[in-house]
Amino acid sequence: MESTKVLDAKGLACPMPIVRTKKAINELADGDILEVHATDKGAKSDLTAWAKSGGHELLQDIEEGDVLKFWIKKG
Amino acid sequence: MTSSITTKELAQKVVNHEKTLILDVRNTDEFDNWKIEGGNVEVINEPYFNLLDGIDPVSGKLDKGQEVIVVCAKGGSSQMVAELLEEEGGFTKVLNLEGGMKAWSEHLEPVKIGDLKDGGGLYQFVRLGKGCLSYMVESDGEAAIIDTNRMIDIYESFAKEKGIQIKHLIDTHLHADHISGGRALAEKVGGTYHLPPKDATEVTYDYTALEEGNDIVVGNTKVKVQPIYSPGHTIGSTSLIIDDQYLLTGDILFVKSIGRPDLVGKAEDWVGDLRNSLYKRYKELSEDLIVLPAHYSFAEELGKGGSVSARLGDLYQRNEGLQVDDEDVFRKMVTENLPPQPNAYQEIRETNMGKITPEDEKQREMETGPNRCAVHG
Repeated sequence: MESTKVLDAKGLACPMPIVRTKKAINELADGDILEVHATDKGAKSDLTAWAKSGGHELLQDIEEGDVLKFWIKKG
Repeated sequence: MTSSITTKELAQKVVNHEKTLILDVRNTDEFDNWKIEGGNVEVINEPYFNLLDGIDPVSGKLDKGQEVIVVCAKGGSSQMVAELLEEEGGFTKVLNLEGGMKAWSEHLEPVKIGDLKDGGGLYQFVRLGKGCLSYMVESDGEAAIIDTNRMIDIYESFAKEKGIQIKHLIDTHLHADHISGGRALAEKVGGTYHLPPKDATEVTYDYTALEEGNDIVVGNTKVKVQPIYSPGHTIGSTSLIIDDQYLLTGDILFVKSIGRPDLVGKAEDWVGDLRNSLYKRYKELSEDLIVLPAHYSFAEELGKGGSVSARLGDLYQRNEGLQVDDEDVFRKMVTENLPPQPNAYQEIRETNMGKITPEDEKQREMETGPNRCAVHG
């Protein structure tokens, strides 16, 4: 999937994946897509809940080995 | 730097019914699924990611001078929120729960249930984070542990402190909600691992059969562990009468509920067994036996000092699962509208059979969440 920016949050423990994602999303324009790579297992449910509460759209998430990948459209 | 609180210290507050305010900063789905309960605990949920721009979402709900314990999944996010509360909110008594819910799930709080007639005692190990109960029968320097949890070091150091040798590790049934530590501890201390043979048809290891008629003696005195075959939650489920005083019911009978028959996918087949165990087998026993189950589901089941127990005769008066005269109504109650199954229960069963051996971290993850072994009438 196409993305405007890729954020590498691999190896970071909670809360850092969300803290970094939030910062990165703030720097994007509405409609832009942020791709996030993380290894913290908790990132999946937290990113989903965070995107929803912030009005962003989680377009897709996949697991590639140990890496969780997310595509979030800024809302 | 924020101060912290250990799971041990928090457990003491819970079992002593001290007023405890918890701010749980996990996401709301996880919070709704499983949270810290019991005693005099009040819990507020506000996900940490809602507090990154400031603590306004919680500042109105909390008093700055009040002690607030911040909790998350593993202790990282709660540490951040605790610092925010102090630095931005001017809170003065904020504590971070070390290790978060993951550590809370692994804490065992030993509570003495009583003395045995010929010396020795019975201890209940309360797993507050999951509602699991395990037991140590101690007599004359020897011990038997029943329904041992995965954290075997805790039992080992408890026994060591008291100068007791662990001889028998007994599981009342093949567990589906938590990983048994029975076999691992038996190997470590050179003890005997007992399991009901009907639950052991697929196991990959050697064990000693836990069967009615084969009493187990702990110590030199006459502390008798008497197995009573009581199927229903699993086909092998076996209860234990200890010292003619205590009835360890495993997952057949709880204080406020009864066991569920569906975790092996055989609810329909096992309903009759469950009913027979609860309405016939247990009825033939002395009403004065003290029921000690392998789980509790409700915070209010925690009694004095954190223990969970009830007189058998009293449960026949007030446990809703024991008041259903009509067999069809009973059948419906235990097969329909059941709560969700415990997290990873199939993998947990396979681990307990010895078929798979997940790494420690994976085992922790499999056990997250509540036990969910009961049917609530």
